[in-house]
Amino acid sequence: MLKIENLHATVAAKPILKGLSLTINAGEIHAIMGPNGAGKSTLSYVLGGRPGYEVTDGSATFDGADLLDMEPHQRAAAGLFLGFQYPVEIPGVSNVQFLREALNAQRRGRGEEPLSGGEFLKVAREKAALLKMDMDMLKRSVNVGFSGGEKKRNEMVQMGIIDPKLAILDETDSGLDIDALRTVGDGINTIMRRPGKAVLLITHYQRLLDYVQPDFVHVLAAGRIVKSGGPELARELEEHGYAEIAA
Amino acid sequence: MDDVKIKDQAAHDAAAKVADYEHGWSADIETDFAPKGLTEDTVRFISAKKNEPDWMLDWRLNAFRHWQTMETPDWAKLNVPPIDYQDAYYYAAPKPKPKLGSLDEVDPEILEVYKKLGIPIEEQKVLAGVEGARRVAVDAVFDSVSVATTFREELKRAGVIFLSISEAIREYPDLVKKWLGKVVPMHDNYFAALNCAVFSDGTFVYVPEGVRCPMELSTYFRINAENTGQFERTLIIADKGAYVSYLEGCTAPMRDENQLHAAVVELVTLDDAEIKYSTVQNWYPGNADGLGGIYNFVTKRALCQGKRSKVSWTQVETGSAVTWKYPSCVLNGDDSVGEFYSVAVTNNYQQADTGTKMIHNGKRTRSTIVSKGISAGKSNNTYRGIVRVAPNAEGVRNFTQCDSLLLGSLSGAHTVPYIEVRNPTATVEHEATTSKISDDQLFYAMQRGLDAEEAVALIVNGFAKEVLQQLPMEFAVEAQKLLGISLEGSVG
Repeated sequence: MLKIENLHATVAAKPILKGLSLTINAGEIHAIMGPNGAGKSTLSYVLGGRPGYEVTDGSATFDGADLLDMEPHQRAAAGLFLGFQYPVEIPGVSNVQFLREALNAQRRGRGEEPLSGGEFLKVAREKAALLKMDMDMLKRSVNVGFSGGEKKRNEMVQMGIIDPKLAILDETDSGLDIDALRTVGDGINTIMRRPGKAVLLITHYQRLLDYVQPDFVHVLAAGRIVKSGGPELARELEEHGYAEIAA
Repeated sequence: MDDVKIKDQAAHDAAAKVADYEHGWSADIETDFAPKGLTEDTVRFISAKKNEPDWMLDWRLNAFRHWQTMETPDWAKLNVPPIDYQDAYYYAAPKPKPKLGSLDEVDPEILEVYKKLGIPIEEQKVLAGVEGARRVAVDAVFDSVSVATTFREELKRAGVIFLSISEAIREYPDLVKKWLGKVVPMHDNYFAALNCAVFSDGTFVYVPEGVRCPMELSTYFRINAENTGQFERTLIIADKGAYVSYLEGCTAPMRDENQLHAAVVELVTLDDAEIKYSTVQNWYPGNADGLGGIYNFVTKRALCQGKRSKVSWTQVETGSAVTWKYPSCVLNGDDSVGEFYSVAVTNNYQQADTGTKMIHNGKRTRSTIVSKGISAGKSNNTYRGIVRVAPNAEGVRNFTQCDSLLLGSLSGAHTVPYIEVRNPTATVEHEATTSKISDDQLFYAMQRGLDAEEAVALIVNGFAKEVLQQLPMEFAVEAQKLLGISLEGSVG
């Protein structure tokens, strides 16, 4: 589904990714772990197409199409969802309005009919119930006045409604208490652990992986993947730290 | 007339060439021009064209003589090249026709114009007898002269008078004489004086005591003749306990030369009366290089004369090259209420200096001001307002909120609030914020599937929500679209 080869990227002319390669197939959950400054967030932004993150070499394809050639909204329409480390506030725009417009823009991009207000609300209610979320959250302005945990849960609701093929979740577990962590973990499992879908979890810590069992774990250090393995690698990292493993 | 036809054809061709302004076309309708330039003869010509009584002509001439002694105001934060008032036409009207009984009798080409503007949908439904259609009475002002007024009979049954101001001058001279120029005095300012001298048409509404107007009243007008200033005059009177909601929507076809627009709107509310006045202004703002566009110098003022009366102004200003406009409330009646809700968008080289005046003369009068300015491109957007509390006005309250949103780094936002309180019991609050659409917000919205322009439109609509929700439903939808359209090209 996602094939990254020898990816080099710079931010403000500073090289951050230096030859990263990674292949994710449908049905797989991958975790990327690594120390601060390794390039984890840069990887998610490069894949999402954020302006200012410049690819200088290498390639990335999504379902065979050149991902790096697409605008951010085209990547979204193709089925790529980015869960943000710091979800952004949009005052005056309700979650319902935001998601309906976003979803319908994606559907237009794919040549599908837009959902009516009623159809959209039906989908939203189903997803909110699935994630045990309060519909009131969807009526509030996007992330405005949300606690850190609420923002992350809101990302999960958005993911549920948008229903992407590939979710790249950037430190979705940071700032969560145990209950919220479980909710988020359940959300990922419920929405994304399905045939034809895949997840790339970007995280510092093992603890989210207690709730979402990865099929593969990679260690990112200094802009490259230095080690890959199964779920046991995450526990090794937790015990021994990055310095030893990445060395 | 041949000359005029050639002119119109040329205008038509010019408009056809530049198609990127949605309403930028010019219909080919024979126009009856006053001679170019502005003299007493022009004023007499207009007055004669409208079969006005002598008192009206004298009133106009008085205004014209005074106007000649006045100077263009220069205190606004606007950069406007000198206007040559002798190089313009002051009157253009569709050729006179017999009095019309229904829309069927209107020039099909004029109807076509309205169709392109999307006006008559609701109206057509009603005319076709569709049940449950929302009723909106449209007094259509086409270049200066009102060509068709619908629903007049039904309004008449309710006792509501809804006429072009020219007709009102002839048919209800006592009402017009009583209030015309009483809210905005003839000598008030340069553009108001000019309007008094040469106003060509406009709207008159009178809602009698205790009557709630059975439908929303609406005037759509557009400037449609090349180089013709449009001088609208509106007078709305809500008698004791009356209520009326009035919608004003404007679009104008594209022109290369700047067109001057200097309207005067006067509102009067007596005891317990309320007027809700909503505007969506979408006039041609000029092209991306700052060429062309409408100059909009408008004086709008409400006199809350009666106790417990209320006036609410809501405006969405997306058009015009230059906007100079301060819809205001003079709160004379005790416990009267004034409200001003405004969204002003400027893009490219547009300039807007807009705001309000809340003059608290009565006791326990209250006012609310919510202003949202959005600046993009190389534009400048200024909020300018006065809150004044008179010495005898006890227990006055005012709340003002001015928010500015900037797109890009070349646009300007300015807030100039004047607060003059001469009574110690007043409570006056002022809040102001300035923010930018952040790259984070844009990327977040785009990652969810919106393209750059959709993302900006969504964020801007959220920013303006408090004001947009004051608009009547059908207007709110149009206004939301307009915000998006006006900001096209503002993100790279």
